Amino acid sequence: MSTASKRDQGHASHEPARSHGIGHFIGTYVFSRDHKIIGLQFLFSTLIWFLVGGLLALAVRWQVAWPWGEGAPFGIQGMPILGNLFFAEQGGQISPEFYTMLFTMHATVMIFFVIIPILAGAFGNYLIPLMIGADDMAFPTLNMLSYWFMWPAFIVMTAAFFVEGGGPAAGWTSYPPLSVLTEAAPGSGTGQTLWLVGVTLVGISSMMGSINYLTTILQMRAPGMTMFRLPLTIWAMFITALLQAFALPVLTAAGFMQLADRLVGTGFFLPDGATANNMVAATGGGQPLLWQHLFWFYSHPAVYIMILPAMGMVSDIISCFARKPIFGYKPMVYSISGIAGLGFVVWGHHMFVSGMNPFLGMTFMVATMMIALPSAIKVFNWLGTIWGGKLLFTTPMLFALSFVSMFIIGGLSGIFMAATPVDIFIHDTYFIVAHFHYVLFAGTAMGVFGAIYFWFPKMFGRMMNESWGKVHFFFTFVFLNGTFFPMHILGVVGFPRRLADAYQYAVFHNLQPMNEFITWCAIGMVAAQAVFVVNFVYSIFLGKRVGRNPWGANGLEWSAPSPPGHGNFDFQPIVYRGPYEYGSPESDTDFYPQIQPPPEKPAAVPAGEPVVATS
Amino acid sequence: MAKYWSWLFFLVPVLGTVLFWVSADSQSWPLLQHWFPRDVSEYGHIIDSLFMVILWLTGIVFIATEVALAWFMWRYEAHTNKKQVKFIHGSHNLEVVWTVIPAATLLFIAIYQMNAWAETKVREPNNPGVRVEVTGRQFEWRLRYPGEDGNFDTPDDLYSVNVLHVPVDEDILVELKSADVLHDFFLPNLRVKQDAVPGMKIPVWFRATETGVFDLVCAELCGWGHYKMKGHIKIESREEFDAWLVELKQKQHQSVTPPGEEEQ
Repeated sequence: MSTASKRDQGHASHEPARSHGIGHFIGTYVFSRDHKIIGLQFLFSTLIWFLVGGLLALAVRWQVAWPWGEGAPFGIQGMPILGNLFFAEQGGQISPEFYTMLFTMHATVMIFFVIIPILAGAFGNYLIPLMIGADDMAFPTLNMLSYWFMWPAFIVMTAAFFVEGGGPAAGWTSYPPLSVLTEAAPGSGTGQTLWLVGVTLVGISSMMGSINYLTTILQMRAPGMTMFRLPLTIWAMFITALLQAFALPVLTAAGFMQLADRLVGTGFFLPDGATANNMVAATGGGQPLLWQHLFWFYSHPAVYIMILPAMGMVSDIISCFARKPIFGYKPMVYSISGIAGLGFVVWGHHMFVSGMNPFLGMTFMVATMMIALPSAIKVFNWLGTIWGGKLLFTTPMLFALSFVSMFIIGGLSGIFMAATPVDIFIHDTYFIVAHFHYVLFAGTAMGVFGAIYFWFPKMFGRMMNESWGKVHFFFTFVFLNGTFFPMHILGVVGFPRRLADAYQYAVFHNLQPMNEFITWCAIGMVAAQAVFVVNFVYSIFLGKRVGRNPWGANGLEWSAPSPPGHGNFDFQPIVYRGPYEYGSPESDTDFYPQIQPPPEKPAAVPAGEPVVATS
Repeated sequence: MAKYWSWLFFLVPVLGTVLFWVSADSQSWPLLQHWFPRDVSEYGHIIDSLFMVILWLTGIVFIATEVALAWFMWRYEAHTNKKQVKFIHGSHNLEVVWTVIPAATLLFIAIYQMNAWAETKVREPNNPGVRVEVTGRQFEWRLRYPGEDGNFDTPDDLYSVNVLHVPVDEDILVELKSADVLHDFFLPNLRVKQDAVPGMKIPVWFRATETGVFDLVCAELCGWGHYKMKGHIKIESREEFDAWLVELKQKQHQSVTPPGEEEQ
């Protein structure tokens, strides 16, 4: 009895003295300072927003395939669900301004509430301390705040849907004067103000996270974990955090400038006498292009913030299931760094036809072409990794390989846009939409799915169902290509983005059947995620229990318990080698954990050392 | 069994190539007119051919890398590949090869494009046949011709809206403006696209090679009515164009409505 209570106290020594009851629960699971709980909080929140963003995308697709609901299948009038909710009097037929709000919020949710926080917030938080052998983040309280600063953003953005005039409708790029002149669009009222506040809050959250990641990776690595023994996931997270730290202040400043333009009448982004819709002319004195420069100075690096961590995680997954060392570890690290460095000097390629000085366009074209180079190097190294391996097609591996396959498409289509004369024609068309969805959905989101299947056993001590995982993979892969690949063709015809009804133009009149096909595939793609949701929730509670290292992987995180307790490791990890020594002749097994001492040391693992499960 | 996953990945380059091939072939059912809209401009074919150059280059890389990926998946599947894994950490020579070749190719593409870019955006025509001021406004295109004296802001300026008349086979210089928010002056058949920015006057030029009526599209989000900010470009012979200008002038003199309001 007395020993038991002593052990209890010892176990809970990190917690305040009154460590039971509601306070304990809140301290452990709600306002937790444990990086793993915070990571899972980010994961659950972003997955829910992923669903919201996906449904918004379907609403957008519905309108593009059947404008105003005309000709929709099964005799459906207007738009399903949303139409009945907001436009019951119009028979469910949505308004054009509602359409602009839909695509604005789809992009906003997906970028600021899903992709960025699921990579850095969920996986960055969960994996960094475990993979470098630390017991937690450097600043646990800051870490907790980085999650809880997301909640005001969630609330503010949700509220933006319901204020007078409706949600923000200036696109996720929020270009002034449309976003600044309150009379320019119905959504440019309170909705737009709330949007700016929400994005700024997300920025604060990201900034707190990035400082934490940088400090943790630099200061808290386990003995023997040199920088060039870090898993590529951690390198990617490190470079991403650097990008965040240097780019975000610009967006935050620009956001405040736009808020000031809207609320206190400054004129950073408004020309002299700016007006719209017969409103009183603003004093102005500013420049609409200034916003575009500032916005893309952040948002282009942000494109890499949205892909680099996925590249890192995919590298780890591919090496593990190829049972072979990663090909060209250092070139991989250098190309991540190269992407990040060049990422700061290519923002102008979003502005080739914006009215920016055309000579600048030439400079940005060369820089943008060059940034394709590190991406190409990464693809070749992934191919080199699977060459000559022994590939195990587990669900995470299939998702990781599909990342490579899809990233090739997304990367190559970028070259078209980098070419300034070609961009004149395909700018703001569905070619662009195809390109960034191949990078962000077919790339990053597929990588994230792979990462979820891969690290799920570490997070919950249970496996996700492999068969259902493959079903999920198959349908997602097929439908995503059905959705996004034909968009290239639409783009070649010049089909513009963001038009509520493009078929009134003679040149685009015949594109409706292709758009209907795309919409059907999009519906299939979202429906396929039901398989994932059921598998995910079921497996948390009833999945097959596993030990520390179900995949036979090398990384430090696989030597900690599954799930790891508070403080992560029940021993002091000491690192002897890099994380990719699969198939090493030095090791009896086909993997060689980073903590396993080399054979010059006593042959057998001494008693008392942790034994790695080899299932 | 597991190795059959490679077939799924093999389908990516196969179907991708087929879709592009069928679309690019203007004769083939079912994707008629699923390629570049008919080009009626002097420079359009340059942009189209630059696109095709990049399409061929990227297409080769696309097919090669995707096929390699699928082939490796087939060849090195764990249960059928009885060989030991190749325990190597990379190859300096290969890294150099696949750094230098793409770098040279990309640099070639960039330099190859420069002249076309300069023609369309830098080298403004000296003696345009027609100058016209186009002003985007929620949600219409306002047009102004300088009249007989050739200067804007004089009493003989001629106003029109939404239907841009231009003569064929002459350099047209558009002075692009916006009265409120961003718009984008997009002529798909002439491969012209340029944002209209309030506070700026941006020169846009083109030369049409065929007569006819084609779409003028707003391609930058400009508010709720963005989708219906629809205009036309009417390309006609010099005589027809001059006759239309005369007609416009007469109408304007008779008209009591303020300039710019009349739709013909």
